[in-house]
Amino acid sequence: MRSEKGRLVARYIMINAVRGLLTIFAVSVLVFSLARLTGDPIDVLAPVDISREDEAALRERWGLNGSVTEQYVAFVSNASQGDFGPSFKYPSESAVSVIAERLPASISLGLVATFLTLVIGVPLGILSAVKRGTWLDRIAKGLALFGQSVPEFWLAIMLIWFVAVRWNVVPTSGISGWQSYILPSIVISVFGIAALLRLFRSAMLETLGSEYVKLARLKGLSEFKVVWKHALKPASIAPLTFFGGIAVRMLTGATVVEIVFAWPGVGYLAYEAANARDFPVVQALALFTATVIIVMNLLIDITYAYVDPRVRLGQKAIA
Amino acid sequence: MSFDQPVGTVNDVARSAPVLEVEDLRTYLYTRWGTTKAVDGVSFTVGSGETLGIVGESGSGKSMLALSLVRLTPEPAGKIVGGRVILNGRNLLDLTDKQMRAVRGKEISMILQDPQQSLNPVFSIGDQLAEAIRVHERDLDDRATHERSIDALKSVHVPAPERRLKNFPHQMSGGMKQRIVGAMAMAYHPQVLVADEPTTALDVTIQAQYLRLLKDLQRRTGVAIIVITHDFGVIAETCDRVAVMYAGRFVEEGPVEEIFDQPRHPYTRALLDSRPKVDVRSTRLQSIEGQPPSLIDLPTGCRFAPRCFYSIDRCVAEYPPWFEITHAHTAGCWRSEEVPWASR
Repeated sequence: MRSEKGRLVARYIMINAVRGLLTIFAVSVLVFSLARLTGDPIDVLAPVDISREDEAALRERWGLNGSVTEQYVAFVSNASQGDFGPSFKYPSESAVSVIAERLPASISLGLVATFLTLVIGVPLGILSAVKRGTWLDRIAKGLALFGQSVPEFWLAIMLIWFVAVRWNVVPTSGISGWQSYILPSIVISVFGIAALLRLFRSAMLETLGSEYVKLARLKGLSEFKVVWKHALKPASIAPLTFFGGIAVRMLTGATVVEIVFAWPGVGYLAYEAANARDFPVVQALALFTATVIIVMNLLIDITYAYVDPRVRLGQKAIA
Repeated sequence: MSFDQPVGTVNDVARSAPVLEVEDLRTYLYTRWGTTKAVDGVSFTVGSGETLGIVGESGSGKSMLALSLVRLTPEPAGKIVGGRVILNGRNLLDLTDKQMRAVRGKEISMILQDPQQSLNPVFSIGDQLAEAIRVHERDLDDRATHERSIDALKSVHVPAPERRLKNFPHQMSGGMKQRIVGAMAMAYHPQVLVADEPTTALDVTIQAQYLRLLKDLQRRTGVAIIVITHDFGVIAETCDRVAVMYAGRFVEEGPVEEIFDQPRHPYTRALLDSRPKVDVRSTRLQSIEGQPPSLIDLPTGCRFAPRCFYSIDRCVAEYPPWFEITHAHTAGCWRSEEVPWASR
């Protein structure tokens, strides 16, 4: 049984790796052309009184000479070897090293936020379903509504104003110790908490009302086993998809939140690079994000196959 | 583990030593629209080795009655508001939740209607069966559990039990799943087995087979079976006695042959008449005119009176008492002695 599943998984990975490469190719075309629609980086980055010779040299160095097609071919052949060219904004560094420098700040913040999301969202959703109709359920539902409807930037500004400025409990922005993580991680996790809470609540309500949960009770099993084994496992299948989204955000940075908190992560970098028409960084970031999304989706699909025995990879699940 | 000794004839066991006694059981559902009296004063007994059928239309309260016996009425709307359920000398309704859990699966078990829905899709058969086998014997080790799982599957005639333990529910047929549910229910040889429409979701060809299996388990263990159904065919095949339920109450009760041959309540008669008949060609099935009463606003008199062809003023005014027809046959109808419907 195991080995059969293992073979299926391997086959599935192969097929989807090819599909993923095609997707990344499409993304590269899109990103490459969209970046160029924003205008000429020379206008932004070079001095206004640059000489013709210097401009030509700069174009040569940045790979901006020749037709767009030629530029794209050069870009792809370099990128496939991990070389996205030098950053336009920080000419002494490569685009990849600029991103690598910023990545730890995003990932560490993302880890804290993901931790908060899971630790608060999942149990609250489960309890809200188990204690349906009680005050706890009502509070949880209120929180879910708030979390899904409040704009991130507004919440961030409010928190900065009250917690950081007026009460002066935590720093307003940047990274200076663990206290800096508190506000941004709260803002990032609020939406995820609300979403997971709702997903788990409705999934649990469904499984708690199912015949197999009734049968579990009929066997004489404890309420703990009934809820946390028989109701929870089938209920956790549907929200799995959402974990993918959370993980992607963790790795690729939450742009709005990073901007408001001046967080030196890749989300903020994406904003800066786009503003500066730093094509290599924008392109590298977009492809990085696309890759993360594709890999995460693949991982989620494989997880499905192991959590839900009805799922055969590559075929539709029979619900 | 052997239960091969004969269990005595049905009637004297039932008379002498009832294993389950239900007295004036009342289960109400408190809904937004009012209080539904789903079970409204039901009394009966079952003896070991005996099979009691409870028959009624959808909405007559028979499933709620079954759930009340194991105290698993839907939360928070359903509440058992009165009566007694006596099993092994104590009233189940007085037990704490924890004590009640120790009774479920051990002294009283239940088989649910739809085997496609009643097994958890994400756990293997072995896992779910082991739970039922270990739940009241925590210190049972894995090997002993495995052996007993195999025995349990053999007892319900599941072929290749070793392999089945590794299967998941979606890899099995409905009939096979219902056998496994039966094996779980019988894991501790309970005194009472409640089967709520056990064959309704099965293929017709499998139904008789499954009923035979239940009877076979009964012969081996002496379990008292309560079969809840709307199908007189199931009653005829499995039951010793039958109770007819209408609008939350029993209206007639007695030995199966007597009820079939001489129904003394017009509702029983009407139910029997609305069965499809093999030997009579007809374009329309016979049905009972009108609707069962809303269980929220019940009439003061006989609950069937509004639909009854034979109702008299007294039927509407006064709820009929039980009339004893023979020593085991009773009917709750004012006219059960004159039987005006017999000549129809």
